[in-house]
Amino acid sequence: MSGIRLYGRYVSLSLQSQMQYRASFVMFALANGLSALLEFFATAALFARFGSLRGWALPEVALFYGMVHTAFALAEAAGRGFDVFHLHVRNGTFDRMMLRPRSTVLQVLGQDFQLLRVGRFAQGLFVLLWGAASLGMRWTAESVFLAVLSVVGGALLFSGLFVLQATLSFWSVEGLEIANTLTYGGVEAAQFPLSIYRKWLREFFVFVVPIGCINYFPLIRILGRGDPLGYPGWAAWVSPAVGLGFFLVSLRVWGVGVRHYRSTGS
Amino acid sequence: MAQIVVENLVKTFKVGRRQAGLWNALKGVARREYTTVRALDGVSFSLEPGELVGYIGPNGAGKSTTVKVLGGIMVPDSGRCEVMGLVPWKARMAHVARIGVVFGQRCQLMWDLPAADSFDLLRDIYRVPAAVHRKKRDMLVERLRLAELLTVPVRQLSLGQRMRCDLAASLLHAPPLLFLDEPTIGLDAVSKLAVREFVRDLNRENGVTVILTTHDMDDIEALCSRVIMIGRGQILFDGTLEKLRSCIPMERRLVVNGVAGEVALDIAGVRQVTREGDRLSLHFDPDRIPPADLIAQLSRQFLVRDFLVENQPIEETVARLYAEWRL
Repeated sequence: MSGIRLYGRYVSLSLQSQMQYRASFVMFALANGLSALLEFFATAALFARFGSLRGWALPEVALFYGMVHTAFALAEAAGRGFDVFHLHVRNGTFDRMMLRPRSTVLQVLGQDFQLLRVGRFAQGLFVLLWGAASLGMRWTAESVFLAVLSVVGGALLFSGLFVLQATLSFWSVEGLEIANTLTYGGVEAAQFPLSIYRKWLREFFVFVVPIGCINYFPLIRILGRGDPLGYPGWAAWVSPAVGLGFFLVSLRVWGVGVRHYRSTGS
Repeated sequence: MAQIVVENLVKTFKVGRRQAGLWNALKGVARREYTTVRALDGVSFSLEPGELVGYIGPNGAGKSTTVKVLGGIMVPDSGRCEVMGLVPWKARMAHVARIGVVFGQRCQLMWDLPAADSFDLLRDIYRVPAAVHRKKRDMLVERLRLAELLTVPVRQLSLGQRMRCDLAASLLHAPPLLFLDEPTIGLDAVSKLAVREFVRDLNRENGVTVILTTHDMDDIEALCSRVIMIGRGQILFDGTLEKLRSCIPMERRLVVNGVAGEVALDIAGVRQVTREGDRLSLHFDPDRIPPADLIAQLSRQFLVRDFLVENQPIEETVARLYAEWRL
């Protein structure tokens, strides 16, 4: 049986587990979506007061916001096993995975597919579509394709961050807070166009942890605006690939972490 | 040919030390002090196919480290280890496909789903053909009497029921080698007996090699012909249960029931006397005082209606060995 089919079985079993608690699933999913939506209302309130943010109007910002939230929701749903990986180390689940003849990455991913993230995903998509509608944007085949690709690239990038965070827990649990700050801080930051930030922060989010890439460049192209930062136009198509690249690199780092774990057992 | 060869395994850990308290926790972030612990300090043994070995030792002796190395989870610092011709940590996937592992304290089944779902998942994980899987599963379900348990979410099973399901889960891919890590911990008497009986049959009828770590000496007594004892990372004993008994000066235990009133005893050759209600038990050295003499002496003090002479329980032998070797 191939890895992909096995992953499919993991996901289906994980969904069956969650359906054991149907009422709490529905409530958590709603809460997940509503709490994120409240954040957007707070942003909208600021725009109502100040009009625009360095030349960006609220519906435009809604696109950035929506795209990063849909991507992050996908990563949270699929990458939950990595997000809470330190628990799997502590209670021995990871040892059990090592005792099974399959890749550890596949097994960690299969641990828990958190469907309740559908809440955040739905609100992200809603805000994104609202922004596009308010701008009177015409979706072309190209822009839909680029948007979908960017969301997938973003999901891969955030998953990569979860993998790195999990790898860190092979060394210390204290580092988790730092990793969390990076991930959640990154989500917050990418809710706004990259161009509003100072240079050093921009470059950090382009070249180090390329969270800025995954929605900024594609949306510049989709909106048909010139890039105030002056990056080349093809960056729109490179950035989804950056997500994939980041994910693959993080898997290599994960391998280093597993080797470390096997020699120290802690 | 030996199924498991372990030669001179050494494994050291660095253990971070810090004193209790917030200030010390903060200090620990900046500079951590380590001490080195030798969890395995030159461990060697070998196992033939079909053996059923008890691997015992006090907490922290190196039992789980050994199991982790043999399971391919952990890489030792030095030493040789081959399990069925493979080095566990070098060929993890091929190796783990041929072993089964049960942890008494950690359930491997999915908590919120019936065990049947976990069994299906395991079939896919180990790539067992459907027909082969079904046959093996039906056999295990029958032997472990799981038919009624399979459709109940695992979280609703009792500990004993869960352990039986867990045993089946570790054997679905028909491994020739099984590691049991405290499989009877916390089980009631009936479940313990069921687990022991199953393991004994598995070993005798299917020829599965079993390595059993446990603190329950009744498990050892009921199952194991051979015992390996580890302490402070070293093998302290490797041999039969009888030989283990003889490590301690031979002692017998005399139990007398129905003792009334005060009893004052001072008999040469009797090491220890304990009294529980109307039951008196004496540990004595039969070379110094034959049982008949001992009973005769007791009869002078009170009426002996009912008595029993037995070997010292293995539990006590082991406890005395731990104490003697300062483990």
